[in-house]
Amino acid sequence: MTPAMADVRLLTEAFDPAAELTAFTAAHARAGGIVSFLGQVRIEDGAEAGVEALELRHYEPLTLPAMRTLAEQVEARWTLEGLLVLHRSGIMCPGDPIVLVAAAARHRRDAFAAADFAMDHLKSESWFWKREKTGGTWRWIEPRQQDFADLARWG
Amino acid sequence: MALRLAFLGRLEDVAGASERLVPLAPTLDAVFAALDPALAEALRAPRIRIAVNGALVSDAAAVLLGDSDEIAFLPPVSGG
Repeated sequence: MTPAMADVRLLTEAFDPAAELTAFTAAHARAGGIVSFLGQVRIEDGAEAGVEALELRHYEPLTLPAMRTLAEQVEARWTLEGLLVLHRSGIMCPGDPIVLVAAAARHRRDAFAAADFAMDHLKSESWFWKREKTGGTWRWIEPRQQDFADLARWG
Repeated sequence: MALRLAFLGRLEDVAGASERLVPLAPTLDAVFAALDPALAEALRAPRIRIAVNGALVSDAAAVLLGDSDEIAFLPPVSGG
């Protein structure tokens, strides 16, 4: 069986995760299980409250090619029926979707692991730079150590 | 004869713009030497990756530049 080509997109406009997942599921009827992860701009409470917007910047020559390479790694490592990797760039508001990863497989373990691996690598290795707007001022966000620890799990 | 410099993430704030055209220089060291020292220092920091025309550079000292090359300075990423 030839694996289906992954659907990998860098989006500069808002997207509808439910509609994307419905279409992905319909396209992979042979899969017994589909695992998806949706990342969204969180609404903060307490000390973190007041984040008005989040911006992700990308670098055109690197970002999408690296996302495609990651998808190829995922497809080589697990037996999948399909793989969906959507990532936003641009300005987003609290509640907006940022990233959607879905893996479709005959059996659920492959789907869980593939989606988990793809997310850890998207978070820590993809060519995106993030800044937040608080009180009208933009501030660049440094990488989190936890993201590197998550990545190290995969060896 | 020029080079295009692209500044990603917080380097954009240091440079004051997301990109800048500079006169052609043969090496990255020559590019740095022609920049404001504070900006050059930020660009040469150990965790800044460099890409020339979309290809990551492993040995910055070995890079030979040509007209219209695009040099991107990439700080640690913070996506997702």
